[in-house]
Amino acid sequence: MDLTYTPEEQAFREAVRAFVRANLPRDIAEKVLGHRALVKDDWVRWQDLLARQGWLAGHWPKEHGGRGWTPVEHHLFDEECAAAGAPRLIPFGLNMVAPVIMQFGSPWQQEHYLSRIRENKDWWCQGYSEPGSGSDLASLKTRAERRGDRYVVNGQKTWTTLAQYADMIFCLVRTDATVKKQEGISFLLIDMHSPGVTVRPLILYDEEHEVNEVFFDDVEVPAENLVGEAGRGWTYAKFLLGYERTGITGVGASKRELQLLKEIASLQTKSGRPLAEDPVFRARLAQVEIDLIALETTLLRVLSARDKPGPEASILKIAGTEVQQALTELMMEALGPAAAPFSRRAIEEGGPAAPFAPAYAAPLAARYFGWRKVSIYGGSNEIQRNIIAQHVLGL
Amino acid sequence: MDFSLSEEQQLLRDAIARFVASEYSFAARTQAIATPRGWSERMWAQFAELGLLGVPFPEAHGGFGGTAVDVMVVLQELGRGMVVEPYLATVVLGGGVVNLAGAASQKQDILPRLAAGKWLLALAHGEPQSRYDLHDVSTTARREGGGYVLNGRKAVVLHGATADTLIVTGRTGGGQRDRQGITLFLVDAKSRGVGVTDYRTIDGLRAADVALDGVHVGAGAVLGPVDAGLPLLERAVDLGAAALCAEAVGVIEALNAATLEYLKTRQQFGQPIGRFQALQHRAVDMLIHAEQSKSMACLAAVKAQSDDAAERRRAVSAAKSLVGRAGRAVAKEAIQLHGGMGVTNELPAAHLAKRLTMIDFWLGDSSFHTERFATG
Repeated sequence: MDLTYTPEEQAFREAVRAFVRANLPRDIAEKVLGHRALVKDDWVRWQDLLARQGWLAGHWPKEHGGRGWTPVEHHLFDEECAAAGAPRLIPFGLNMVAPVIMQFGSPWQQEHYLSRIRENKDWWCQGYSEPGSGSDLASLKTRAERRGDRYVVNGQKTWTTLAQYADMIFCLVRTDATVKKQEGISFLLIDMHSPGVTVRPLILYDEEHEVNEVFFDDVEVPAENLVGEAGRGWTYAKFLLGYERTGITGVGASKRELQLLKEIASLQTKSGRPLAEDPVFRARLAQVEIDLIALETTLLRVLSARDKPGPEASILKIAGTEVQQALTELMMEALGPAAAPFSRRAIEEGGPAAPFAPAYAAPLAARYFGWRKVSIYGGSNEIQRNIIAQHVLGL
Repeated sequence: MDFSLSEEQQLLRDAIARFVASEYSFAARTQAIATPRGWSERMWAQFAELGLLGVPFPEAHGGFGGTAVDVMVVLQELGRGMVVEPYLATVVLGGGVVNLAGAASQKQDILPRLAAGKWLLALAHGEPQSRYDLHDVSTTARREGGGYVLNGRKAVVLHGATADTLIVTGRTGGGQRDRQGITLFLVDAKSRGVGVTDYRTIDGLRAADVALDGVHVGAGAVLGPVDAGLPLLERAVDLGAAALCAEAVGVIEALNAATLEYLKTRQQFGQPIGRFQALQHRAVDMLIHAEQSKSMACLAAVKAQSDDAAERRRAVSAAKSLVGRAGRAVAKEAIQLHGGMGVTNELPAAHLAKRLTMIDFWLGDSSFHTERFATG
């Protein structure tokens, strides 16, 4: 047992830190550290920089153009990027559809799509949830009918994150309605610019346009965009979800948020003293910090032992999102009444939401409300518990 | 980054697991608890034979030169078997203080006998008012002639009544809560003026209240530096807290296994109760507590050996805080999921739950360690 990073891992961390320090645009870092809203260009600029460095897909195997980073190196990369205030990499292409294409995709799909993801040419989104199919994902109704060398897709997806920017969507579609619900599902890659694709914003209660409804009306998709075999989509979907959940853990970002929380707690006052010195607040903060240490240690225990996510990914998703939510809650609480003023303009452009409020306060209540989603998406935390109960505990 | 156990550690783990499974039945444990001393000397002799009692001590003093990770391996398995023998008191805490603070002659005098199972120690540091503060010492150690005279009261001394030697903290200087002025003493339990009252603890162990009324000890009884014993005591207690985290992991895993078995076999409404989602989710939370505790026990074991006191304190307190919280949560859930059976005296799981809950009350509970973590 040796819980230190190897000299190679430390050197790797230093190299990432130096690159991020030299290259991450200051305006983007300021937005992230100030919890302000990002726009497409922020992500694209940062991901382009990483792509040019060959690091956007550094964790991919070398045979697919990655650097073959170990899971621990990938974690260090994530941690350094997050600490500096880099935006979270959009995971849909990079970490979700890419492993599926690597494992199950055709040579053409691997050649074409993987290189475009690696080079940040396509923005991908995820077509899983439907209005009637949330936790019961396998009940999905979007149909894809085979006609010659094409599929014709009709139906609706929802909660589609950043679909308004997307070039491609990977979709679970029903290709056979006559068999058991899990067996009639296929995994299809669809060009968002195809005729018949409509994106409609779904504004959430923090007034953020992050998710969308996506409608498919007789959308024609070349059959070569079917991944693997028809009817095997559910298997691929579950394979992918393991990657999604590991990604949601968010240890790097939570460590950064903890530091920001400590800074805010030292700026706010209670009973004439810095809030950070208040015994009650301090104890609650310490408890979250301890939970985060446990989460990080468990993550490293999992990462150092294997390279593909198993059911333990569900444990990390639950524990990771609980820490994230606790942090957003304490951060909002730290503000006291200054949490209440709300201004979309402040969240988007910076500055305070009220004349006497600090600028850092403006986004924090909206962020708290926004962060309730993390225990809902990626398979709600209750679904994760079902998965663990079934696959780990055998109940 | 490597969380795996070495081959030797795996062999050690398997050997103890085999021993506990074959020799340390629940019935044998219950029987041992009912004896006057509260644990089994025969079992202790077998621990010595297996080499368990010398694990953390240098080879030069009859030990095996093991690390805190080796101790973690031992305690996890002892926890799984709910072992009531004084391993923590004698080997980890008592032996730990002697090993850290003792002069070579003191180590040579005590550790080989201890490793052979022929000598027992107890750490008598707590006082009625001190709660978990190691620096809160009102017991006085007055210089007289070439030695000292000890007066004071030591409360809830783990396995205090069976110890041959008590390790006592006494004030040679400073006020009751000063960090300076604390000295560690080796006190023969048979010394005149030592009054020991033995009692049971709720979780099947023994503890004692120890009255020190004008106990004379020689200069050779001083363990470590005069007036500056506290840092060494803190170090030993951190090793003890890490060991308790490991024990808790063993108990949690045993308790989770027992609970899972019950969920799968207990039938109500025509099906195993484990089919009910309300219970499934609670069982999952117990698993998450187990995994997080396991991670923290590893972290505590590795960092408890650190020479950097701040790093050591931070990691051990984070671990003891989390494991204390997790353990109490698991114990409550296990009792609840067992229904009425969970509160019966016949059920091993009920005793696992008691031990797991009370682990939080030794060497600093979750609140204490959260505060210690926060204040550095």
